[in-house]
Amino acid sequence: MATIHVDGQRYEVAGADNLLNACLSLGLDVPYFCWHPALGSVGACRQCAVKQYRDEDDTRGALVMSCMTPAADGTRISIDDEEAREFRASVIEWLMIHHPHDCPVCEEGGHCHLQDMTMMTGHDRRRYRFRKRTHHNQDLGPFIAHEMNRCITCYRCVRFYRDHAGGKDLGAFGANDNIYFGRHQDGVLESPFAGNLTEVCPTGVFTDQTHSERYTRKWDLQFAPSVCHQCSVGCNISPGERYGELRRIENRYHGDVNRFFLCDRGRFGYGYVNRDDRPRLPEWRSHRDDAGVTLEVDAALDHGADRLRRVRRVIGIGSPRASLESNHQLRELVGDDGFSTGIAAAEQRCLSLMQRLNQSCGLPTPTPREVERHDAVLILGEDLLESAARLGLAVRQAAQARHETLAAERDIPHWHAAAVRTLGQDYYHPVFIAYPTPTGLDDVTAARWALAPDDIARLGFAVAHEIDGSAPAVTDLDPGTREAARDIAARLMAAERPLVVSGGSLGSEAILRAAGNVARALSRRARRGGLVLVRREVNSTGLTMMGGEPLEWALDELASRRADAVVILENDLHQRLPAPSVEAALAAAETVVVLDHQRTATWQRAHLGLPAASFAEADGTVVSLEGRAQRFFQVFDPAHLRPETRIRASWRWLHALRADLLRHAAADTTLDEVIRDCARAYPSLAGIVDAAPDADYRVHGLKLAREPHRYSGRTAMRAHLDVSEPRVSRDPDSPFTFSMEGYSGFDQPREEVAFAWAPGWNSPQAWNKFTDEVGGHLRAGDPGVRLMAPRPGDHAYATSIPEGFRRRDGKWQVVMLPRLFGGEETSSRAAPILARAAPPALLLAADDVARLGVSDGDRLAVIGHAGALTLSVCHEATLPPGVVGVPAGLAPSLEAGEWARLATPSGHARRDEVRK
Amino acid sequence: MSARRYHSQLRQRSAERRVETHPLTWRLREDGAVLGLEEYVEKDGYAAVREVLSHRSPDDVVTTMKEANVRGRGGAGFSAGMKWSLTMTGPNIPRGYLVCNADEMEPGTFKDRLLLEQQPHLLIEGMILGAYANHSRFGYIFLRGEYVEAARVLSRALEEAREAGWLGRHVAGSDFDFDIALHTGAGRYICGEETALINSLEGLRANPRAKPPFPGQSGAWGKPTVVNNVETLCNAPAVMRHGAEWYQALSGELSDDGGTKLYGVSGKVARAGLWELPIGTTGRELLERAGGMRDGRALKAWLPGGGSTGFLLPEHLDHPLDFDTIGELGSRLGTGLMTVVNEDQSVLSLVRNLEQFFARESCGWCTPCRDGLPWTVKLLQALERGEGEPGDLEMLDKLADDLGPGQTFCAHAPGAAMPLQSALKHFREEFERGVATPPRAASAAEPMPAGDSFTRS
Repeated sequence: MATIHVDGQRYEVAGADNLLNACLSLGLDVPYFCWHPALGSVGACRQCAVKQYRDEDDTRGALVMSCMTPAADGTRISIDDEEAREFRASVIEWLMIHHPHDCPVCEEGGHCHLQDMTMMTGHDRRRYRFRKRTHHNQDLGPFIAHEMNRCITCYRCVRFYRDHAGGKDLGAFGANDNIYFGRHQDGVLESPFAGNLTEVCPTGVFTDQTHSERYTRKWDLQFAPSVCHQCSVGCNISPGERYGELRRIENRYHGDVNRFFLCDRGRFGYGYVNRDDRPRLPEWRSHRDDAGVTLEVDAALDHGADRLRRVRRVIGIGSPRASLESNHQLRELVGDDGFSTGIAAAEQRCLSLMQRLNQSCGLPTPTPREVERHDAVLILGEDLLESAARLGLAVRQAAQARHETLAAERDIPHWHAAAVRTLGQDYYHPVFIAYPTPTGLDDVTAARWALAPDDIARLGFAVAHEIDGSAPAVTDLDPGTREAARDIAARLMAAERPLVVSGGSLGSEAILRAAGNVARALSRRARRGGLVLVRREVNSTGLTMMGGEPLEWALDELASRRADAVVILENDLHQRLPAPSVEAALAAAETVVVLDHQRTATWQRAHLGLPAASFAEADGTVVSLEGRAQRFFQVFDPAHLRPETRIRASWRWLHALRADLLRHAAADTTLDEVIRDCARAYPSLAGIVDAAPDADYRVHGLKLAREPHRYSGRTAMRAHLDVSEPRVSRDPDSPFTFSMEGYSGFDQPREEVAFAWAPGWNSPQAWNKFTDEVGGHLRAGDPGVRLMAPRPGDHAYATSIPEGFRRRDGKWQVVMLPRLFGGEETSSRAAPILARAAPPALLLAADDVARLGVSDGDRLAVIGHAGALTLSVCHEATLPPGVVGVPAGLAPSLEAGEWARLATPSGHARRDEVRK
Repeated sequence: MSARRYHSQLRQRSAERRVETHPLTWRLREDGAVLGLEEYVEKDGYAAVREVLSHRSPDDVVTTMKEANVRGRGGAGFSAGMKWSLTMTGPNIPRGYLVCNADEMEPGTFKDRLLLEQQPHLLIEGMILGAYANHSRFGYIFLRGEYVEAARVLSRALEEAREAGWLGRHVAGSDFDFDIALHTGAGRYICGEETALINSLEGLRANPRAKPPFPGQSGAWGKPTVVNNVETLCNAPAVMRHGAEWYQALSGELSDDGGTKLYGVSGKVARAGLWELPIGTTGRELLERAGGMRDGRALKAWLPGGGSTGFLLPEHLDHPLDFDTIGELGSRLGTGLMTVVNEDQSVLSLVRNLEQFFARESCGWCTPCRDGLPWTVKLLQALERGEGEPGDLEMLDKLADDLGPGQTFCAHAPGAAMPLQSALKHFREEFERGVATPPRAASAAEPMPAGDSFTRS
């Protein structure tokens, strides 16, 4: 602790930070640009100048940059000092010299840090009367718009992009007042975190291009606290809506999960919510081949209930992309013994195994923030930047944290970003990766082993054995792998907090068991470590905790007529299992009810389709890979601007359908009732009640506003429908109002913040007003509750170790490779993601490519036991021979791990089969 | 001989340059040809290295350097011995780098060039001594790119030295390993700032680094690094050979600073050139040695040591040219090469030219320098054209003030502010004449913005 004096006031501060950080944490306003809580200090912009005094008797003082000055005990500064104020005014005047007067047409306007700082500094008059410098802009791809003329040269973009996120293709060019931030030539920004530039840039150089065509000012958007649904990390987001459309997604600060940054899939993958072809009314087909007719809600429910009443047995197929509440209501409808999770058996086995490991391996699951504090990492079978990108960014920070350790040895403070980097150079905490292809973290890894899944598992088992001799040994291990295992084990044991990362991406239980053994071995050797297991979808973890039969069971029940009706919840079965088995099951069913917000292939097979709400139109709870149950809240009421729509949260449809089926009169329910039911029904989910405040939560007796207080046009925006403004939509499910009326301040601590705004702070930097300290935690605590913890007990090691991988003649083992863009169902329905996704290709070892006599770009069919997939070939130098890499997110005709043939796709596959 | 016109001209005959009084230049040949290894060794070359490496400890070298009070000849005047004593050494500290700052780009400065082109082995010897004192593993000569002659000479000399065993493993038969690489810069003034130089050497943008940590703690590639000017390093062999006391005595009563200084004069004088003189020699003596003002015109002002020093007036000519005295006069000794301005020359235009240079050479890292300097240029251009407006001088005052020490990231902008501020003080009326009354509209001849062509392929 340290005492500092600011303008005559005494404050107690942590002492390890710089003055700017300390002042902002105290709630004092000091303007700044080049500093960022996650990027540290570099002293470039000179905006945060304050007057520092040597001691009590010093009355003259000297200007210092608060970001570059330690908040040491006894420090005396003045923010208000006349000379400091004047200097800060000069700085902003210089920064504004070339800045265009385009705020009215600039897409940063209204959440612009530069606007905020300009106002704070009091600059309102241009004295520079000469010509401004101008730049050309670049095409940076589908996500980011570039307007370099707005640049104030704070260098935050390149510091985030290169130093924090490891990107290579954005740089600073030129010199003097002609600095250019861009790529060496036009082209798509390669980093999967490029979207953060829109928030890192203090002004409108990098803006959200997906928002551009349907642009709305921040103050005119309606927000709700939400959770990203595009993977299992559980990043918190603030989606903004206007006119019944999601307009953009901004980061919502969560001190334990995403903090300041999102990945681009999460930020730009929301387009599916706005698709024109979304089902908005119930649809009915008496026979599956009929054209559908639309129905009113009551008619739809009656038809549905009628059909379900007539059949012998109804089963339900849930979904890991739907909320716990919706899955629970489905289970209520069909009964425990009629409920399938909707997850394919192979994936479900992995999920269950992960669930068990998280409880029994002896190591806790760290939060993504804690991941950054681990000093040795072993990653088995995951390419995090493709499967859980935000977590990958956290692992990168873990590797780079070595820089801070080294800096501390030379008394260089951790926030002195440039000096820390200089000293750190390319020293990293050891990160070891075993994965068949190159990964996005290879540049910070100590070593990567390109192995087939079974060999990855064997390496893991061997590491566990090296750590703890009582863990089963791997027989017939080649000396190289043994050496590698020894090295990894030694480095993990030498670390203070080793981390094991694995997951279900490659669909290999063996890898997971191996990861579990490493974790268990570390735990037995009394290491304070962590185990992170990556799941695929937003609620994979939650659904595993809820339990249910795998999807194959459901299809079998239908195909064998043990059930004759099925209710399918937000699940496109065609994405999970090969079409023939899905089609056969659906054809056998007499009644198919589908709830979804997307017009999927499965929806097209429904007798009754009920238009479900997407995450943006519903409330619900999902459980992330760290076992954190988090509530997402409805952003907008789709019927407000489109009264004809009948979109409902799935749990509400299902509750009503059940009520209709049982001929209950009262059909409505509220979120809180469903949550309570759900918590009662599944003891492991009991904690979800506390994941967020209930609908009765109030601040100063007020509900919470979804709209900023400057929200405009409310009375006019519906005028084309009705000149009289209707009553604002009611929200019985949450403490939020669909209105600017309600509490939206920062001074009362609260967990659930729809949008960050504080007086004078319109930009995302306003989050600093909501946290206990800059970059810390929300003052009311970070949202969500953790549901997973290791259970005490002496858990045994897994002993079934696979044989080493051996290539087979004429066959290749299918390895499914997750893809950030194009590898996930719903975001792949968003146009910008499609534009960003690389064309899918089959990966083959260079050796195999040569052997097969094909070259890059040639098309090849992969023929598995249940189907085939034809793609162009791309050789991958490090891929093990005998393995074929198949991109995820395509038709599920192949199964991970199966042995497939390769053939030229001529329709005579058998005859033309390529033989070695 | 005509090509020699463009070389640095040492204006002292060999008779005047003696080993006891001219540590830097006594060996130089009358004809200005390169001093090869053989001749250098004949003239007591590498004797200091031989002696030091076999008989003295690194700490001893540092102490001697400190006692001799060799102040940094690049312009800052920081004690080289003090700098060396701050280099981190120890069991867990890796051996780092010794870097020679040969990026001589200070306007009006051409002293290092003389040493680089004619006596490369003196620098190499100085670097070996510096490396020994600082436990450096490897040396770099960061050479101004335009010094192609020096590059040629240095490359040859490094080869000679390596072949003769002065560089490489077991320097001069000792246990000390050290080698030197020549690195030619790409022409940025800011690379003369030691931390920007290090960044550039690492292949990064030539932005200065914040201090602390100083290069001696974490310099090139994060290792302890010493950066010294050419002339500073060239003093080391003589200091080691003849001792600190001798070195101190060279300046006698003239100055508290020890040793000699490679002074020079450029501008409208009869004979521009270089002279190695005891530090503390007066401006008047230098001017006299340069044959006085050319064409009988009167001296109006002079810059004591390069473009980044403040203007002095004729009345200041009798002060000794040393770091502290010139500092007390409100300027800086800088590189010690005088630039003289005669009564016909416009200080306004001269300052505009200087500011244009400094604005162009800003690395673009910190705001005052990047965006403040170009503004001063625009204002000065307007005044030059007679298109100044009321308030422009006050704005220049304020800009010069805001660009001062402590407010910018490095010393570049304060250096640029110094001639501006002093010119505004001494020749304000010249600036005032540029203010039009009533104000005139800006002329159409304003140049197109510089950034326009950047991304055009």
